[in-house]
Amino acid sequence: MKRFWIGVLILIVLCAVGFGAYAWKPAIDPIEPPQRASFDQALIEKGAILASVGNCTACHTKPGEKSFAGGLAVPTPFGTIYSTNITPDPKTGIGRWSEAAFGRAMREGVERDGDHLYPAFPFDHFTLVSDEDNKALYAYLMTRHPVENRRPANELPFPLNVRFVLAGWKLLFFHKGAYREDASQSAEWNRGAYLVEGLGHCGACHTPRNALGAELKRAHLAGGEAEGWSAFALNGLSSAPIPLTHDSLFAYLRQGWQAEHGVANGPMAEVTGNLGRLPDADISAIATYLVSQMGAPAPERVARSEEIRKNLAIDQGGTPIPASAATGSPTSRGVVIYQAACATCHDGSRPQPFGGIDFHLSATIAAPGPQNAINVVLFGLPAASGRQSPIMPGFAETLTENQVVDLLAYLREAYAGKPAWADAKAKLADTRSGKYQVSVRPSDGIERGPDNVGAKD
Amino acid sequence: MNAPNLHLPDVTRRGFLAGAGALVVSFTIPAEAQEGEVPAAPRAQAAKPKLPGSLADTPSLDAWIRIDANGSITVFTGKAELGQGTKTSLRQIAAEELEVEPAAINLITADTALTPNEGYTAGSQTIQNSGTAIRFASAQVRQILIAKASEKLGAPVEALKAEAGSIAGPNGARAGYGELVSADFLHVDAAADTKLKAPGTYHAIGKPFARVDIPAKVTGGDAYVQDMRPPGMVHARVVRPPTYGAKLVDFADVAVKAMPGVIAVVRDGDFLAVVAEHEFQAVKAMRAMAAAAKWQEQPALPDQSNIPAFLEKSVSEVGTVTSVGAESAPGAKTLQAQFTRAYQMHGSIGPSSAVAMLDNGLTTVWTHTQGVYPDRKAIAQMLGVPEEKVRCIHTEGSGCYGHNGADDAAADAALIAQKLPGKPVRVQWMRDQEHLWEPYGPAMLTRASATLDQNGKIVNWHYDLWSNSHGTRPGSAGSLIAGRLMARHFPPDPARMEITPLGNGDRNAIPFYDVPNQRVNWHFVADMPVRVSSLRGLGAYCNVFSIESFMDELALAANADPVEFRLRHLKDPRARKVIEVAAEKFGWSKDPLPEGRGRGFAFAKYKNHAAWLAIALEAEVDRDNGTIRISHVVCAVDCGEAVALDSIVNQTEGGILQSMSWTLYEAVHFDRTRILSPDWSTYPILRFSAVPDSIEVHVVDNPGAPYLGVAEAAQGPTAGAIANAFRNATGKRIHDLPYTRDRVKAVLGV
Amino acid sequence: MVKLNVNGASHDVDIDPATPLLYVLRNDLKLNGAKFGCGLGQCGACTVMVDGKAVFSCLTPVMLVEGRQVKTVEGLGTIDEPGPMQQAFIEQQAAQCGYCIGGMMMRAQALLEAKPEAGDADIRQALEPNLCRCGTHMRILRAVARARDLMKSKSAGMAPAAATRRAS
Ligand code: FES
Ligand code: FES
Repeated sequence: MKRFWIGVLILIVLCAVGFGAYAWKPAIDPIEPPQRASFDQALIEKGAILASVGNCTACHTKPGEKSFAGGLAVPTPFGTIYSTNITPDPKTGIGRWSEAAFGRAMREGVERDGDHLYPAFPFDHFTLVSDEDNKALYAYLMTRHPVENRRPANELPFPLNVRFVLAGWKLLFFHKGAYREDASQSAEWNRGAYLVEGLGHCGACHTPRNALGAELKRAHLAGGEAEGWSAFALNGLSSAPIPLTHDSLFAYLRQGWQAEHGVANGPMAEVTGNLGRLPDADISAIATYLVSQMGAPAPERVARSEEIRKNLAIDQGGTPIPASAATGSPTSRGVVIYQAACATCHDGSRPQPFGGIDFHLSATIAAPGPQNAINVVLFGLPAASGRQSPIMPGFAETLTENQVVDLLAYLREAYAGKPAWADAKAKLADTRSGKYQVSVRPSDGIERGPDNVGAKD
Repeated sequence: MNAPNLHLPDVTRRGFLAGAGALVVSFTIPAEAQEGEVPAAPRAQAAKPKLPGSLADTPSLDAWIRIDANGSITVFTGKAELGQGTKTSLRQIAAEELEVEPAAINLITADTALTPNEGYTAGSQTIQNSGTAIRFASAQVRQILIAKASEKLGAPVEALKAEAGSIAGPNGARAGYGELVSADFLHVDAAADTKLKAPGTYHAIGKPFARVDIPAKVTGGDAYVQDMRPPGMVHARVVRPPTYGAKLVDFADVAVKAMPGVIAVVRDGDFLAVVAEHEFQAVKAMRAMAAAAKWQEQPALPDQSNIPAFLEKSVSEVGTVTSVGAESAPGAKTLQAQFTRAYQMHGSIGPSSAVAMLDNGLTTVWTHTQGVYPDRKAIAQMLGVPEEKVRCIHTEGSGCYGHNGADDAAADAALIAQKLPGKPVRVQWMRDQEHLWEPYGPAMLTRASATLDQNGKIVNWHYDLWSNSHGTRPGSAGSLIAGRLMARHFPPDPARMEITPLGNGDRNAIPFYDVPNQRVNWHFVADMPVRVSSLRGLGAYCNVFSIESFMDELALAANADPVEFRLRHLKDPRARKVIEVAAEKFGWSKDPLPEGRGRGFAFAKYKNHAAWLAIALEAEVDRDNGTIRISHVVCAVDCGEAVALDSIVNQTEGGILQSMSWTLYEAVHFDRTRILSPDWSTYPILRFSAVPDSIEVHVVDNPGAPYLGVAEAAQGPTAGAIANAFRNATGKRIHDLPYTRDRVKAVLGV
Repeated sequence: MVKLNVNGASHDVDIDPATPLLYVLRNDLKLNGAKFGCGLGQCGACTVMVDGKAVFSCLTPVMLVEGRQVKTVEGLGTIDEPGPMQQAFIEQQAAQCGYCIGGMMMRAQALLEAKPEAGDADIRQALEPNLCRCGTHMRILRAVARARDLMKSKSAGMAPAAATRRAS
């Protein structure tokens, strides 16, 4: 018996040692920051395009501050994480990182000094990136303007602030390894998959996460969350009233808006903004892969979309009055608010992307949850300084809690033909109070549209 | 100010006529006098006026100044307050020579029934023309009063002096101005030799006086034509075609007529408007009408992505702006460059508005036009009535920065008012109407070529510019939108190339630098598919941008410091002075700046005969997101004697920030059929986040020196300084305005 | 009938409840302070305060402010007794055409009431929705900072020293 206990003890010790061995990562020696001349210009340019796919600047640049200098607060369910400085500044950036150190960070989520990185840095996707692409990314980042800027310390509770713990997370959820082609699929599909699942890390926002913040593999692209915004489902659950096609998705990603799907806003605006650098071929590949994930829309969805198209063609901007709008009902109050406050811009008389969308087309109104609708009603779309962008005023100060709830109930029933969101009031309260954090940014992505579809190839 | 109400300010026409004889006579003004952005006929330019300022055109003193028996002083100016502080500066000038406090002066601005015809309030000429006239007239009036007092008091003129509204003589003898007046006593012509007060003795000029219009503006007082609410006023809205030339093919007004509050639906050819009791009823009716109207459109616009091609192929004539010295000169190095500028907007924050009333045959229009007389002429022609049957009263609007929608809104109101006699009709344009229909600042193409000798001196300079006219102001009825749209379809005035010292597209096309051999040509484009006219600075904005960018390239080629290189080519002492002051206060140096930061310098003498202005600034360029952030700006300006120092600083700060907005962001977007910039999201302008940390304006004062226009002097140099700072920061030059983020990224690459 | 409380006074206005507050203020209550600039929530010329917060009156149907406190430029003071915000704008001569200024003052007032210690960065950020075409920005920023100090010293009960106006 005693032996048994000794055995168990030994086993535990062995595991601990084993885990230690797994968890411990060596530091990689610092280097002298490389000269720009040491990189081939073509490689740098390739890196620039890849960086735009990775949307690096969105997290690693504080709006209005120097590119890639980090310090952006990224709210997570566990606490606030501040993005790192990835300029080649030797003191506070990655200036002393060797290509090997950079490659390891991408492939394994480990800092040059051996610390494990938080999955807020989506290494679970970046691990798929090829060595050549990492080489190009490295070349691009190491030739940026070095900025000395030390990011604030993360605000995380114990034990999450102990980096070692992250090794355990990796052990459970992280599968290391570069992308492997699916021979059964076309080259374009594979290219799309590589970009979407790897550098593009679409799932980081568009896939729901478990209690420990890991993406649920079984709910791949089933809709997630980003900076206080719902990232809509990109699989069969897509809430777009008019099902996305390769062409419409291509146009949406290319221009930052599409006539039947509206304007990219929230964090997605930065994504489409950055994709402006990407060649049409890659955007097309992304569209091909994502549409394959959505599968063919159900017949009733197709029927409804035809219905919507027909109505829009005849009745531009008329205000639908839902059956329930009998006096006294929330929708009856909502319709009045809509007509008085919203219709001016949303009556469809001004075309996308700068006019208000006709809500029949709005995935936000048709979405399973009210969060994005709440965000837009409260905060609107702020103007992008000095760039073309749709502008919508926030109504946080204008509409009372009940008025917003009534309005949402109306929009929901009249335009999506669905019952009011049950959790609207609660979510609204948390969003208003700031308990639930939302980052509000201008729709930058639009600066490129509508002028230059297919700008680069 | 002309109080925005239906009763005339202080003075009535009758009372005025009684007070001062054959006033009307002094109102007959030669057309050439209508100075402004409409080029006067060359011969008028040639003839030098004997009398100073606008006295040359309106010599009779009583056209400018009236003193009542109660001693109250009224000064008349044909110029208008456009937010530049005129109402204050002109009071200061009159008060100076009349020896009273500015507050004691009652000032009447542009009103065709009361004030002299001073053409347009434009080209930064208010102080230069009207100010000079009022200064001399006031001085002469003071002398007349002294002469009268010497009779009354029986004291010799030498023993008398004017002070605080009366003439004081030996041992306490006094005669108030009021006691000295008699009918017509000022109906005399101005004398050319009137002596002005010496700078040392000033009590008003150059002293800090708070602007008289600001208190009302910050407390919700009646300040703008938009604020007029005469009894019985009705609200009108116009419905414009979707494109310039569109024709109304189908319109059923029945439904609209039945809408609540609708008083009238006006249709005259392609001109549509609706009048209602409440403003929002008019807005709703306008929307309904817009939905009901069916238009036929033609693609008639040039390709926005290739404006130079359009300009080059549309040249109708080529004019010589200057040609001195030899065609070419031998030298060490020759440089060439091409620059462009997009169509840009005035973008007044308050869309144009006007109130008009037809009252037994007389149509009175309250308008924020820059030229009440020319506007009256055009409106009268449009209405088919004699000019006396129209009266235009300037009433302030939002800042206009040139020829915006003001005259057109006035015409709209006048036309609609004809349908509702006796009712004051208020027209308020919507934002998209201002954005889509105002006449833009024309797109331009310029090419420069210059040769440097061994010692880095410019020996030869060739400069060519391609541009529409920058002056399509009224003009005839065809210069008004309503005139063009109405059934009579008045044709637009034919565009003429006018090369005058005043300058138009060619304003500041001649470098102010000392260069022995110069050739400057204007390749004039008469065809105006995009509606254009005068935007603050006219051609000077793009010409100075081009010249100052090019000067920096030449300095580099001569490896000289940009400031030193400019001084090298300037003998003019006042030019050297502003450059030295700007450089010194900025702390101009060659010391390297951190990567991505750069210094830029630029200079111009506005129109080559107005204010001298030099500017230095520092900018930071983020090559990854393409943003240019201007951190601090230092400017030095010399506009002669500084009447109202703070006004000069205010307007110059404003010019710098506005030009910064044009230069970094602004371009009107359009496809082949429609203008695509109907609002601020499609035509973004400067917001607070991009405003520099500091702007310093140093005024180089020259007491006693003639007044020189200043309001537009900063537009060109600011663009040049930004361009040069960008070059200095990145080693690359952008030749095309505006410096958008996409352009910056494209030029810098990765 | 819509019941309104504007600058402390209550009004019954017989008007279509969907009418934007801006038109009611300007035409029915004859208040000039709020200006029409775009009617789209893009320029801020129409900014007024509702329950202490800055809102675009051009896009606020009058019915939504029933029973709430509306404040306009007229509520900040009068030409004879200007309030600190107005006093600061006059002192700094912070206007050219002045058309945008009413909106600027109301947004700034809302900021300072919520955040009396607002720093220059806060002021810039708060004013971002408001446009000025004359380029009066530097003075507007100075005036708001000055208003902040006036309000502080006012609440502290001491008379502030007049700001020296920069000629350069
Ligand atoms: S008028 Fe309300 S925001 Fe422009
Ligand atoms: S002062 Fe004229 S718009 Fe701001």
